[in-house]
Amino acid sequence: MTILNETATRTDRWTPVCSYTDLLPERGAAVLVGTRQVAVFRTFDGALYALGNFDPFSGAYVLSRGIVGTRGGEPTVASPMHKQVFSLVTGVCVDDPGVAVPTYPIRVTDGTVEVSVV
Amino acid sequence: MKVRQRMRIVVAGHGPTAHRLIETLVERGFDGTITVFGEEPRPAYDRVALTSYLSGKSVDDLTYRVPDGVSVRTGVKVVGVDRAARTVATDAGYSEPYDVLVLATGSAPFVPPVPGRDLPGCFVYRTIDDLDAIREASRDARAGVVIGGGLLGLEAADALRGLGLETHVVEMSGWLMPRQVDEGGGSVLRNHIEALGLTVHTGAGVRSIEAGPDGRVAALVRPDGEAVDAQVVVFSAGVRPRDELARDCGLEVGERGGIVVDEGMRTSDEHIYAIGECALAAGMVYGLVAPCFAQAEVAADRILLGSAAFTGADMSTKLKLLGVEVAQFGAMSGALDVTYMDPVAGVYKRLFVSDDATTLLGGICVGDAGPYNALRPFVGRPLPGAPSDLLFAGAGTTSTDLPDDAQVCSCNNVTKGRICAAIADKGLTDVQGIKDCTRAGTTCGSCVPMLKQILVKSGVDVGKALCEHFTHSRAELFDIVSVRGITTFSQLIAEHGTGRGCDICKPVVASILASLGRGHILDGEQATLQDTNDHFLANIQKNGTYSVVPRIPGGEITPDKLIVIGEVARDFGLYTKITGGQRIDLLGARVEQLPAIWRRLVEAGFESGHAYGKALRTVKSCVGSTWCRYGVQDSVGLAIALELRYRGLRSPHKLKSAVSGCARECAEARSKDFGVIATEQGWNLYVGGNGGFKPRHADLLAADLSTDDLVRTIDRFLMFYIRTADRLQRTAAWLEGLDGGLGYLREVIMEDSLGICADLDAQMERHVATYVDEWRAAIEDPDKLRRFVSFVNAPGIPDPSISFETERDQIKPVLIPLEAVRS
Repeated sequence: MTILNETATRTDRWTPVCSYTDLLPERGAAVLVGTRQVAVFRTFDGALYALGNFDPFSGAYVLSRGIVGTRGGEPTVASPMHKQVFSLVTGVCVDDPGVAVPTYPIRVTDGTVEVSVV
Repeated sequence: MKVRQRMRIVVAGHGPTAHRLIETLVERGFDGTITVFGEEPRPAYDRVALTSYLSGKSVDDLTYRVPDGVSVRTGVKVVGVDRAARTVATDAGYSEPYDVLVLATGSAPFVPPVPGRDLPGCFVYRTIDDLDAIREASRDARAGVVIGGGLLGLEAADALRGLGLETHVVEMSGWLMPRQVDEGGGSVLRNHIEALGLTVHTGAGVRSIEAGPDGRVAALVRPDGEAVDAQVVVFSAGVRPRDELARDCGLEVGERGGIVVDEGMRTSDEHIYAIGECALAAGMVYGLVAPCFAQAEVAADRILLGSAAFTGADMSTKLKLLGVEVAQFGAMSGALDVTYMDPVAGVYKRLFVSDDATTLLGGICVGDAGPYNALRPFVGRPLPGAPSDLLFAGAGTTSTDLPDDAQVCSCNNVTKGRICAAIADKGLTDVQGIKDCTRAGTTCGSCVPMLKQILVKSGVDVGKALCEHFTHSRAELFDIVSVRGITTFSQLIAEHGTGRGCDICKPVVASILASLGRGHILDGEQATLQDTNDHFLANIQKNGTYSVVPRIPGGEITPDKLIVIGEVARDFGLYTKITGGQRIDLLGARVEQLPAIWRRLVEAGFESGHAYGKALRTVKSCVGSTWCRYGVQDSVGLAIALELRYRGLRSPHKLKSAVSGCARECAEARSKDFGVIATEQGWNLYVGGNGGFKPRHADLLAADLSTDDLVRTIDRFLMFYIRTADRLQRTAAWLEGLDGGLGYLREVIMEDSLGICADLDAQMERHVATYVDEWRAAIEDPDKLRRFVSFVNAPGIPDPSISFETERDQIKPVLIPLEAVRS
């Protein structure tokens, strides 16, 4: 297993990953950007979020398969493994604020979802 | 270094009190040895529930579990104590040394010196052996007499009635249950009992018991010369403490019997304790289970060098005898009293109050014990309301605030203060938590409604609010969805909740919608509600792969199908393991492999199975009467039918089942949510069993059912559970928490007391009629298939983080080291 440690550049590099309609409302999907796994989510109001797909509690790349919901109004995803809840906005674990997963910029261009991992 | 000798405790007698002693010692970490001698051929059992043995409970059901590390010698009686040498002698011929001896020898039924009392056909009512003998004798009997109309006598009368005998009760005093009720209550009680067909003789003694020509009991003769036809006579005229061991070794005993103990339950020998019905504690020999348990706990505490004291006990009683509620608390007299009597409804209630009408002294209830729970904690305290109102105080109307030192559970002597402290300190959120922590509610269960109220008052939401999005319980949401015809989560949360849901409420609603037959679980919005397992129709494993477990109904499979499973596992490189549910687990499948695996299985006539999700798992079976030389019914055939009937049924938690073809129970049906055991006449249905974290034997719900009746009863049981259980509440916990318990369940689903059976039946019919193979539906629908990829932007690429090594010739996941990745 290689641990990736890419250096961030100052300009966002957008990668198209799927069409907006590929994403179900209130569900996630995993995308592969280079060698990085990103979990992208579409919430009920149509907004998009991108987190690292890696679940730091279980050590498996599964966050995209969690249940999307809200905690006190903030959009969240619960790990399908042991149900720790992460904020889709900040990546911080709501149940254990000492743990966070990375968040990535995400946008829609002409119906295509793009994420930036750098 | 000085080595401390481990303390050796010897317990003489193994009844419920002895059991409570050893249980307490073990729970509190006693590290010496405990040796228990019991003269009965079996370990301690629940004597309070003795009568249920005749109505279908097994010895196993009633038997307490002996804690690990305790040595119980059954069928061995202590016959002597050598106090100087500190050894006990046994009737098995050996002796046993002790550092501490606990006498828990109980009591013996008192048999009055009536001529003929030793005739064959005369019995006492105390042990399982007694009940076996009574049952045997009742086979050829017409009528039976119970001598003694107290609590235990009426229990015995109920047993004789249940055995089909014309039953008489003979009571010396002027009315029944003279120790619990007054004359007015006694007369109401008598009316109830006579209405059941029993004959009651009060103020009556017995002149003699007469034998017939066969030398067995034929009649009982009253002092007035009148003969009562009877082939079975049961003596239940009180008990006498069994203090002979103590007498023989010179311990102090009371004038009227009972081993004298101090408030630490210690006898006149500092190395010997006495507890339970053989002890004379606080000037009295206690025969009720609650004070005896309290004594056992005090003795255990003292042995562990504590300072607990037994200074007497509340003798309050609440019970249901022959279908009649009887309760008594506090004093049975007072300066003033308020009485309510309704001879038509058969209700009698009387409260005793102080002469200034401000303090509650006690009360008696017959026919409706409602005021008992509400008022017993107020004995000796200011009345919580006008006496006439209090007569009608039911369990649901106690909004009054109890003081902290009020005793809530009288069986286990637990005060409200202790319960509140446990709730606060341990963060308890449900009744089960209180039971586990304090033992309150674990014996007779009558205080359980009060435990709920205390939880509510402590600010705990009693698990009612499902999560921050719904203030409703699961059962309430079920009703809302069902009655209002709601078909989507969005509609439900918009009209009845807040926010957009979470991992708690979404799967619950998904389950409710599925139970009510509102479409495929992956249709439209329903797909987004599902937990990952239901979303991907397989069971997620620790490395993010899934397991596939083909359905093998009843565990029956053809060789050809077995080969197909082997081929699928080989072709997809899956790890295989035989499961405990009589099927084969295929592990290590990546998301994108799932549809291809299912396709192969579907082609071979399989469906994949629910080894995940809150649904029916499997119905196990033994080989049954087709092959087994002991089998009495076709257990395999029934198990297959049941599994096919209930497959896919979504429920509050997983459901497991099994069918055994005879009483040997090879399928382990009694550890299941619903288990069936074949009898010569049909099927016995057991419900509420559990293996797992907290094992529980299932309770007998109904016996000797025909297959049709069995299936209908299971239908209703499952649907009633699905309607009313909490989220993630297995049937075992649901049944234990059900107000009214098994009796209530029977009333609802077998006697239709709520008038909902037609509804339950229709719901199950709809489930059976609309069942679809979820996996086949997924592979036949391109829309659903699209989600079975590791990456939406690279459908052909498998997840690179998943890799395997080899162990014992099969794959094993390579796990990603957590710390390295986190840093």
